[in-house]
Amino acid sequence: MNLRQESHPLVVVGAGPAGLCAAMEAAEAGLPPLVLDEGSKGGGQLVKQIHRFFGSREHGAGKRGFQIAEELVSGCLGKGVEIRLGHKVLGFFPDGRLLVEGGQGVFVLQPGATVLATGAVEKSFPFPGWTLPGVMGAGAAQTLVNQHRVLPGRRALMVGAGNVGLIVAYQLLQAGVEVAGVIEVNRTVGGYAVHAQRLRREGVPILLRHRLRAAEGEKEVESVLVEDMERGTWKRFSVDTLCLAVGMAPQAELAAMRGCHLVYLPELGGFLPWHDRAMRTDCPGVYVAGDLAGVEEASVAMDEGRLAGLAAALDAGVLDPGKAAERMEEVMERLELLRGGPFGEPRRKAKERLNSLTVLAMGSAGRKASIHGRTGRR
Amino acid sequence: MKNGKGCSGKAPGMRVRGHPVMGEPPGGREIIIFLDGKPLPAREGEPLAAALFASGIRVAHYAAGGREPRGPFCMIGRCTECRMVLEGRGMVLTCLTPAEEGMRLHTPGRREKA
Repeated sequence: MNLRQESHPLVVVGAGPAGLCAAMEAAEAGLPPLVLDEGSKGGGQLVKQIHRFFGSREHGAGKRGFQIAEELVSGCLGKGVEIRLGHKVLGFFPDGRLLVEGGQGVFVLQPGATVLATGAVEKSFPFPGWTLPGVMGAGAAQTLVNQHRVLPGRRALMVGAGNVGLIVAYQLLQAGVEVAGVIEVNRTVGGYAVHAQRLRREGVPILLRHRLRAAEGEKEVESVLVEDMERGTWKRFSVDTLCLAVGMAPQAELAAMRGCHLVYLPELGGFLPWHDRAMRTDCPGVYVAGDLAGVEEASVAMDEGRLAGLAAALDAGVLDPGKAAERMEEVMERLELLRGGPFGEPRRKAKERLNSLTVLAMGSAGRKASIHGRTGRR
Repeated sequence: MKNGKGCSGKAPGMRVRGHPVMGEPPGGREIIIFLDGKPLPAREGEPLAAALFASGIRVAHYAAGGREPRGPFCMIGRCTECRMVLEGRGMVLTCLTPAEEGMRLHTPGRREKA
């Protein structure tokens, strides 16, 4: 089969906050990127975020996620970045080529360098009734109400009182869904107190030490069984929608297929590609950023994207090393701040552990390469 | 805002209207698609899965020999639970496929009811 081939100095997979920031930095430095995304809109999961962001000016604090998405997309277009939406990367081969579906069919990309910013996917877990229509990720419900403007159902129960669970429960209310409650196995709310307070003000109960037992229904969810773990009693909630906010995992399939060494860090969502502080993987010319490099938040993704774009431009020889070092230092300091405080601490420690890892990995050509001490320069 | 009463205070349809932050949805052209031969309203360009949710339809296909109904889980093209047959295109992920006038969708694994 003869497939069309294209060569690009830099290919960025994923047009979320990480990918777009990587593209913008690289373009600025003189390494023109091609950005691919399978969705119909640039901005990744920012597109469905309607709450105001915290953080600093560089991360769009005070703005809503979808507004940040629009700014990132127009920032990229302003720098001449080519963004191809509706393009899905099917494969990333050990020789560095990408197989892509979109536009006129399937074609092959030969990138000089590649930034993987594929993001994360919502976790699930098995329980009786987990495949019933009406059981969905909290992010799916959020996509439906905020992006597509349709309701997932009339009455919902949220599982998980972390930030995603709390924020999405509130946004379901805003869209007109009745929220029967938020259940959480832990003794404390995992997310920010401000999000929990907002829900309580609207009369939504947050039930701590409560465990999901089953979703019930003939053709779709009709009710949900929940166990009160302190009393050992069970409750039945009459709801048509069950949202799971039980964490996210990096989408590391393409990185794994390419041959990137994966490490397991539960604080960051599970298996993710090893990378250095400048987001280089152990495969030359392959960089990672955003939730793929550890599930954190959009502002972290943006800064990691900037680092990946800078590193790619530096390694390609188009960016002055002094200038790159200065800019990287600035971004790394901001990342340090973002991971400060009790919420960021476990993630900061996990990243430190990752960066200091000494592992023997099989390189892309089958040769052994020591990750420890690598500079990442070709 | 009152829990379950919709943002406009009226009993809502399955489309979100009068959102306190987002306002009214961007108006896509009203079109007609077909599900298992029956006409359904949709907005041009919205994902097929969203159009189905708007009509209260959440079953995308049946698994396990037609016994188990399945519906969208992730809405971002990962879980494949939203897959359906689109005439002329074969199996598609309805959460990523934009609706076009006259598209004909079929529910895979559906057993014809007597």
